Amino acid sequence: MVKNIRSLIILIVAIAILPLIFKSDSFHNVLVLLLIFATLGEAWNIITGFAGQTSFGHAAFFGIGAYASSVLFYRFNISPWIGMFVGAIFAAGVAAIISYPCFRLKDSYFAIATLAVAEIIKQLFVSWDFVEGATGISLPIVDDSLWHMQFNSSKLPYLYLALGLFAIVIFICNFIENSKIGFYLKAIRESHEVAESIGINTTNYKTYAMVISAALSAFAGTLYAQYILYIDPFMLFTLDMSIKIVLLTVLGGIGNIYGPIIGAAILIPLSETTRIVLGGTGSGIDLMIFGVLVILVACFQPKGIIGLVQKIVNNIKKQKVGEGKVETNS
Amino acid sequence: MKPILNIDNITMKFGSLVANENVSFTIHDNEIVSLIGPNGAGKTTLFNCITGFYKPFSGKVTYMDKDITGWTSYDVCKLGITRTFQIVKTLKEMTVEENIMTGAFLHTKKRIESQKIAEEVMELTDLTRKKNIKGGSLTIVDKKRVEIARALATRPKILMLDECMAGLNQTEIKDVMNLCLKLKDSGLSLLIVEHIMEAIMPISDNIVVLNAGKKIAEGPPEEIVDNDEVIKAYLGDKYHAKSKKH
Ligand SMILES: Nc1ncnc2c1ncn2[C@@H]1O[C@H](COP(=O)(O)OP(=O)(O)OP(=O)(O)O)[C@@H](O)[C@H]1O
Ligand SMILES: [Mg+2]
Repeated sequence: MVKNIRSLIILIVAIAILPLIFKSDSFHNVLVLLLIFATLGEAWNIITGFAGQTSFGHAAFFGIGAYASSVLFYRFNISPWIGMFVGAIFAAGVAAIISYPCFRLKDSYFAIATLAVAEIIKQLFVSWDFVEGATGISLPIVDDSLWHMQFNSSKLPYLYLALGLFAIVIFICNFIENSKIGFYLKAIRESHEVAESIGINTTNYKTYAMVISAALSAFAGTLYAQYILYIDPFMLFTLDMSIKIVLLTVLGGIGNIYGPIIGAAILIPLSETTRIVLGGTGSGIDLMIFGVLVILVACFQPKGIIGLVQKIVNNIKKQKVGEGKVETNS
Repeated sequence: MKPILNIDNITMKFGSLVANENVSFTIHDNEIVSLIGPNGAGKTTLFNCITGFYKPFSGKVTYMDKDITGWTSYDVCKLGITRTFQIVKTLKEMTVEENIMTGAFLHTKKRIESQKIAEEVMELTDLTRKKNIKGGSLTIVDKKRVEIARALATRPKILMLDECMAGLNQTEIKDVMNLCLKLKDSGLSLLIVEHIMEAIMPISDNIVVLNAGKKIAEGPPEEIVDNDEVIKAYLGDKYHAKSKKH
């Protein structure tokens, strides 16, 4: 666990240094988005990677986070920092309400329910005047300030906020993985029956995982809204968004805390490049390329790129042990 | 000896198939009870009824005066009854140690403490050397050991083993027999489902025989081996008649 923390710190410091070396605005832009999506991947990993309950609806929680802070700021001039926590609480509540009843049923209704939830919320928000319906909310521009979470002269503050959030979330994931709840979630993933036979209330633990996952996704939503300064239901509550979160984590390595950042580091630059080259939304070319990558990974290494890396490292280690160069570390 | 688990007239049906029919017996404190019977007799089904995996059609399960019929499996486990599975269910992506720690977390939130419990259990079940091997890459024998160890780590009062000796060689069976006796000495009660008579007979205090869902005999091992009904159930009527002639 200590070893883990050390590698995580190295990773975060490395990312922190990157924008100081590469100073272009477009690079900073990609890095901000990359970190936000990596954060979402980490959050999704808790319920699907650790607990094995597939969610196809994480866009819902991301969107709730974005809307909560935006509406509060737009309507009542309340700081996005407060809105961020309000969003997390709402997202957690929605997650509990949809997942608890599904988890009580033994079959996989959960995955299906998550497919519907983002769509339902989208329809709700489209026809809700208080949140400006289909028009969406353009956040009022204010002077750069941390309290208002707005920085118009540079992308760097956003970048470090996104990195800070990513760091917090990845440390939370690392903590979960190494504590009782992480063991329980993995046991549930591996065998529902074993879990119940050794005293695990599977319904409750899956719900905890979902609630934590949703709250963390909402944090990322607030940051995204503050970064883009404009939100509407069609950009947030889409299946595209949910699937992006799923695919990037699967490509990087599902159930592994390094998976989402690796996946995001491939998908987001790809998305941004195709968007710039092809204009508009890139006509989904990015997801097509990415889909092919995911299929390749799924065929050859179900644990994603990180699984591939681990395999190679293990092979090298084995060879070295064979040559008697490395002492076994116990 | 004080009775701790009472199975009272349990009936379990799957559609029209009656897998258990009015089965009753009692497990006492510090006792090894074996449940035997031919394939399909309903032994695993009874395990599932006791541990909350199935809700019995009728009848009652009482643990120390508490009616636990129809309780969820995890509540039954928290109360002190843990079972293993006939078809081993090792947590494949977790190491041996992690498999066992997962069980040990029942009574502690702390990782270090669960690690300590796991260490003791691994020592007892001879798994210490294999603690870092992933569950999925173990041999069947070791998987069975992990199955027992994980259950033990929950610190049960009653341990229920479903055919944990099948497929083991002589020495390995001896190991499990010794383990059972050791556990009994340490204060546990055991309910064992097993086909291997040479293993069951020497260690059991009491044997319950099921056939086609019904209890056909109950008693200490020496009585059971001479019981006509039991021999008939195992060998079939024809064989039984032949063996009588000699
Ligand atoms: N879930 C189920 N649905 C339908 N029938 C079942 C189910 N579980 C068991 N049965 C049937 O109930 C009967 C008893 O099965 P059970 O598994 O309890 O036998 P057993 O004594 O454990 O046998 P074995 O020694 O082979 O393990 C069998 O006829 C079996 O086919
Ligand atoms: Mg059976």
